[in-house]
Amino acid sequence: GSSGVILSPEEATTLQTALVLLKHEQKFTSVQYWGKIFGINNDYYIAIGIGNDEMYDRKYLYIKDCMNWGDLPILPKEAQEQARLAKGRFSGDPSNEFEHILIKQLPGEGDEIHEEEETVIIKEEDRLTTIINDISHEAFIVPRSAYIRTPTGMISKNRTFEGLSVTECTKLGQFLHFREATELPKKSLIDRANLDKSLDFLDSLEEDVPKGSWSMQFDRGCGVTLLKSLLWPGYVFYHVPHTSSFGSVYYGIGEKNIDLPFML
Amino acid sequence: MNGTAEPDVVPEAAADAGSPVVPAVGDNATNGLVNVSEQKYQDAKAFMLQSSTQSGLNLYDHLAELLSNILSKRPGNIVDYFEELSKNVKKERAKASEDYIYDRPEKPNEIANAELETTLFKATDEEMDVAMDDDDAQSPVPNIIELGSHFQSAGMSISTEETYRIYFALKTLADTHPLQTVRFWGKILGLEKNYVIAEVEYREGEEEEDDEEQGDEDKEEDENPEDADDEGEEDELPKSTYKPPPVILKEEKGSGANRKSYFVCNEPGKEWVKLPPVTPEQIASARLIKKYFTGRLDALVVSYPPFPGNETNYLRAQIARISAGTQISPLGFYQFDEEEEEEEGEARENFIENPEFEGVSARELCDSSLGNWVHHVQHILPQGRCSWFNPSQKGDEEFEDEEDEDEKEEPDEPEPEVGPPLLTPISEDAEINGVPPWSVKLSHKFAREIAVAVVRSNLWPGAVAVAKDKMFENLYIGWGHKYSSENYSPPPPPPVMTEHASGPDITEVDDPTVEEEAALRAAQQEALEEEGGEEMEEEEEDD
Repeated sequence: GSSGVILSPEEATTLQTALVLLKHEQKFTSVQYWGKIFGINNDYYIAIGIGNDEMYDRKYLYIKDCMNWGDLPILPKEAQEQARLAKGRFSGDPSNEFEHILIKQLPGEGDEIHEEEETVIIKEEDRLTTIINDISHEAFIVPRSAYIRTPTGMISKNRTFEGLSVTECTKLGQFLHFREATELPKKSLIDRANLDKSLDFLDSLEEDVPKGSWSMQFDRGCGVTLLKSLLWPGYVFYHVPHTSSFGSVYYGIGEKNIDLPFML
Repeated sequence: MNGTAEPDVVPEAAADAGSPVVPAVGDNATNGLVNVSEQKYQDAKAFMLQSSTQSGLNLYDHLAELLSNILSKRPGNIVDYFEELSKNVKKERAKASEDYIYDRPEKPNEIANAELETTLFKATDEEMDVAMDDDDAQSPVPNIIELGSHFQSAGMSISTEETYRIYFALKTLADTHPLQTVRFWGKILGLEKNYVIAEVEYREGEEEEDDEEQGDEDKEEDENPEDADDEGEEDELPKSTYKPPPVILKEEKGSGANRKSYFVCNEPGKEWVKLPPVTPEQIASARLIKKYFTGRLDALVVSYPPFPGNETNYLRAQIARISAGTQISPLGFYQFDEEEEEEEGEARENFIENPEFEGVSARELCDSSLGNWVHHVQHILPQGRCSWFNPSQKGDEEFEDEEDEDEKEEPDEPEPEVGPPLLTPISEDAEINGVPPWSVKLSHKFAREIAVAVVRSNLWPGAVAVAKDKMFENLYIGWGHKYSSENYSPPPPPPVMTEHASGPDITEVDDPTVEEEAALRAAQQEALEEEGGEEMEEEEEDD
């Protein structure tokens, strides 16, 4: 609310009904509202359907009119790379196509370097998927000990999670990225020995480069902790200390802030 | 096994860490089979009572406590998260010993904040008695609570609670300063704290003059170079040909980019700080850099090219740019004052509310040609001002005669910069990178009767305007940066200065050797001998 994003009453009611229906139709364990991506003509509302395993069994869906959900395709890696090249705003029409001109330099005859222009066409839907995956990969965070890795390897919610204390909330290390741990294996063995295997299986925010890419604020004194991502402006995470309520939402134009190192 | 009674008896015997208790020999000898199981039981129990070398706990106590916990609370599906419970029990045991360390709970910021806010509410209570009599007095503060609900339906606003707090804060502002109008301009987010910004207009003649201090500072600086010059005369150094770029005068209060004044505070309830007027240099620099606001007004803005000022000035410059780019109103709401004479070459600056404005329906405002919205804030020229200022300080009348006049070594006369005149419709705004500058739509899809028109800026993400019939308002909530789909790259540093052109007076030459000097002197002597010999000889003796 204080970051300037709000669902209008109409949006909220229609989304609520749509989400409930979605959960029923697709038999998800739970459904979450992920956020909204602004397009020029139309906006996309995105939801996540979660199956049994919280981390791996996720599926993203989007709707435009708060009525009909559309599946977002799962793309292979090369297609994702290409989709990241598209620049400019989303238009709001999923069948819209972006053109991106790739200039390839191929060694031609002798010493000449022959430049070829290749036009790559990227569909808006693909780009949407890629952006959502990227944002979830780089920005989606949860408090430490909110999720547990059970002995069977599944990741599920910790029902005894009672929230972080106020002092714990001020430390970035208490918040973890909700994704496949990429940084953990790089830590030295000494560090890892002190970690708790069931709680610390995710990367913490302290490792994020560049330092300072998260802005932490308290609202109402220390009533609510807000963490805003500066790499993906528009992503907001909140947590009420000493309670188990936390959540996050993305409200933005769906573009990474590449200028971040200049801006800090 | 009894869970609770046993621990009292046996731990005394098992007090030594690490060694299991051997049961009394007597039990073994007397009874047969029963004792085997009894002994196994004792062994098992003794094993469980073994204290851990690390934490001093033992399994027995832990299990006992855990089970009693479970039995008293009886949560469902325990077996799934049994490990968690076990950990929690351990944690709590560790914490229990620390309880008597702090009696005094920390006074969190929440309490401090709440106290601040109660002062907000108190102030308004006192007014209530006075204001009730005076119904005619117009409050300079608009009803932002109502406007807030419009913005909420637009989907881009701040929460109702905060709107209320800001409303009260604006009221206190209006009471402490003599203001004609107060408007909630918006909110700029920062890294550590945010800014709440109010746009105000002073009543005529009552504005505080804090510019005089700046004028005195300038005078002091002027005196110092003069001293330096006096010293310089003794020792003539080559004078530098560097002339700083001419200073472009900032605009007067009440006109151009400084038409309105701005107050900021970090949170409603805290003190309002007035932002100084903005200079054209600051606006021009702000266009070249892109930095996050920290939330502290005295923070330095470290950037290249160096920004003249600190965060206060950068904030003011960004506010000026955003206002110029995104403050719009429905066509016809404002109109030019027809009684004013129009001078040649000068853009019209003043406008007044149109008393005959009938209101434009939301449908028309959503027209995608955007012809029904106009800017009511002047565009800022590349120079940094709204009206062109000629730095070579000629009068306006001489503009056309410049070709005939003599000039110093100045480069070509800069061309006057022209921007779009006031009250141009936003359909004339240029696209950026192929993206239309504005998006417009109705706020409610399914309830069109109560819908308002919402216009969002794509150039300054976060700027929004809503209107319906006779009501309209602008708001900005965001980080304070312009949108560009290309990367930001800072301007490159200026080219390296070339060395001084080499010439005969500064090229190093070897000092003449003794032979060369002697040869030179000999040549000179010959030359003089031709004229008259005796004088030469005298000179030689003097040497």
